[in-house]
Amino acid sequence: MKDAFGTPQSLLILGGTSEIALATARRLIARRTRTVWLAGRPSPALDKAAAALRDLGADARTVAFDALDSASHEEVLGKVFTEGDIDMVLLAFGILGDQAHDEDDPMAAVRVAQTNYTGAVSAGLVCARSLQAQGHGSLVVLSSVAGERARRANFIYGSSKAGLDAFAQGLGDALHGTGVHVMVVRPGFVRSKMTAGMAEAPLATTPEAVALAIETGLRRRSETVWVPGALRVVMSALRHVPRPVFRRLPV
Amino acid sequence: MDDTVAGMAADPASATVPVTGWGRTAPTSAHVVRPRSYEEAVTAVRDCAAPGHRGGIARGLGRAYGDAAQNAGGAVLDMTGLDRIHAIDADGGTVLCDAGVSLHRLMEVLLPLGWFVPVTPGTRYVTVGGAIGADIHGKNHHVSGSFARHVLALELLTADGEVRVVERGTDLFDATAGGMGLTGIILTATVQLQRVETSLMSVDTERATDLDDLMARLTATDHRYRYSVAWIDLLARGTAMGRSVLTRGDHAPLDALPARARRTPLAFRPGQLPAAPAFLPEGLLGRTTVGLFNELWYRKAPKARTGEIQKLSTFFHPLDGVPHWNRIYGRSGFVQYQFVVGYGKEEALRHIVRRISERGCPSFLAVLKRFGDGDAGWLSFPMPGWTLALDIPANLPGLGAFLDELDEEVAAADGRIYLAKDSRLRPELLTAMYPRLADFRSLRARLDPRGVFRSDLSRRLGL
Repeated sequence: MKDAFGTPQSLLILGGTSEIALATARRLIARRTRTVWLAGRPSPALDKAAAALRDLGADARTVAFDALDSASHEEVLGKVFTEGDIDMVLLAFGILGDQAHDEDDPMAAVRVAQTNYTGAVSAGLVCARSLQAQGHGSLVVLSSVAGERARRANFIYGSSKAGLDAFAQGLGDALHGTGVHVMVVRPGFVRSKMTAGMAEAPLATTPEAVALAIETGLRRRSETVWVPGALRVVMSALRHVPRPVFRRLPV
Repeated sequence: MDDTVAGMAADPASATVPVTGWGRTAPTSAHVVRPRSYEEAVTAVRDCAAPGHRGGIARGLGRAYGDAAQNAGGAVLDMTGLDRIHAIDADGGTVLCDAGVSLHRLMEVLLPLGWFVPVTPGTRYVTVGGAIGADIHGKNHHVSGSFARHVLALELLTADGEVRVVERGTDLFDATAGGMGLTGIILTATVQLQRVETSLMSVDTERATDLDDLMARLTATDHRYRYSVAWIDLLARGTAMGRSVLTRGDHAPLDALPARARRTPLAFRPGQLPAAPAFLPEGLLGRTTVGLFNELWYRKAPKARTGEIQKLSTFFHPLDGVPHWNRIYGRSGFVQYQFVVGYGKEEALRHIVRRISERGCPSFLAVLKRFGDGDAGWLSFPMPGWTLALDIPANLPGLGAFLDELDEEVAAADGRIYLAKDSRLRPELLTAMYPRLADFRSLRARLDPRGVFRSDLSRRLGL
């Protein structure tokens, strides 16, 4: 069960090698979390991540999960929930793609969309149903500022996050009053392996900062969390910039 | 409980709704059933025992601060529909009543007969069942012990759907007293009452300048009073750390009353103010506002006043005058932290008070009192020593980690945390705090092998 501050005792991470997710797990293990499920494609990296969490004192287990194989989500995730209550699900899988390349390779672009959006729809709904049956739990969805307004530089990734973001918001409304809490997290540019080698955007942040924002959001039962918080203001301004002007902005 | 889920039948006797404790933290959703007869209660328990069901827990008036009367995804049995008073022995001073009867109702009925409930906490709005399940204590603990000491027998609906008569002195009684509702559903109880001449209190008030002064005064003179409590200003620092107001007293004898009051000495007339509004902004109770409140509260108390005649409700239940006062903490609610450390562990108490006051926890309801002998309940909270209770807004940054550190100090001093108020204790510390936990678990495993009785508290702490 979560405690008065929304801190979970058991955690399921979808996208078990995500740096943001693992930073969040480390933070929560330092508080209350004792059981962590890392769901992801079987790999040495996934096993290593589980071992690192075990070193911190958590009972960390891995489960084979492929975002692209939506048909399997019900069975794979259903098994996790039958092992015991899950207080928090962190939906953290996603790929950035390579915009320049993907524009010329529609199937690669579709893969980005299917991973980030379609995969999240099936996994999110499967988890939501189990959480609702439990009568409690948080579903934390890692969205992105990129989903807030499409940019020339990464609109394939951005559009997939826009779909995910809208889906998570609607799911949150659907689950309102069921004891299940859905929280959409919108980080800006995060310094991680996903963005390694890229030019850093203003207000860049770290996986640890996102983890802290998630912990605070759980305590406040927030529905939307921006990381850093200043992005909320920046993005609400940018949202209203006319397109001819937006096109020319160096964003 | 705020709103029902859209699409659910609007049957008031049964609905799936979000449920929280009095502190309004950590809501979870449960199927709330309100039995109106013992048969309905038996049926509800049998339903909870069905395969795949997430069990049930009894709930009274929802005054437990944390998650003791929540049961995510399962059933919550609202017992307030079972509220009959069956028999009163006006000579011997006992009452046989349903567990869903509130202490408020008992006072209304019993005071005119010259009897008072043996133990009352800071609110009258708790049920008899809840009072036993949490084995509540009051300002008279150093004299009278906790509630279950005055319970002669009870009827318990257990996981097998049977109703058992549970006598004092049995294992099942001791597991049920303070057992947080996890041994079964208490249906009725026979309670030994306290004789009173009037419904008024004779109260002595004095101020203590700091914590040492307070502890010295309490130690030297507590035994002279039936009821005793100290309000502490936890925001005061330096030499004023622990400054406080002691209020102590007893039921006023008839001849202490002014002539007018003597005509109706046993009248019970608690006043009531308007309820707190449903929506209040967060952060209303910050350091500044609470600091100002504490300053005023301390200054307004007389340095020393004796024999003041007060209404029962003013002395015992000042907050009951404001319905829904828990809303003043806003949406994220508040946590109540109550611990006890034994006599001889005063240094631990001093250290904890110093840490709270240095950190500036905005708490305007901080109360210190001395416990007398503990009772037999296996998970009963009181033990001989000092107990401190305080309210803190849950949205205070870093509060969780801070309270964890205080828990460590409490455990190191062989003290414990009160489960009826808990919403955040680390499960690992529980065995150290409650040495009879293993007995409790093994009795539950025998009595309720399928875990029919479950609550968020029991899941969180592995009770």
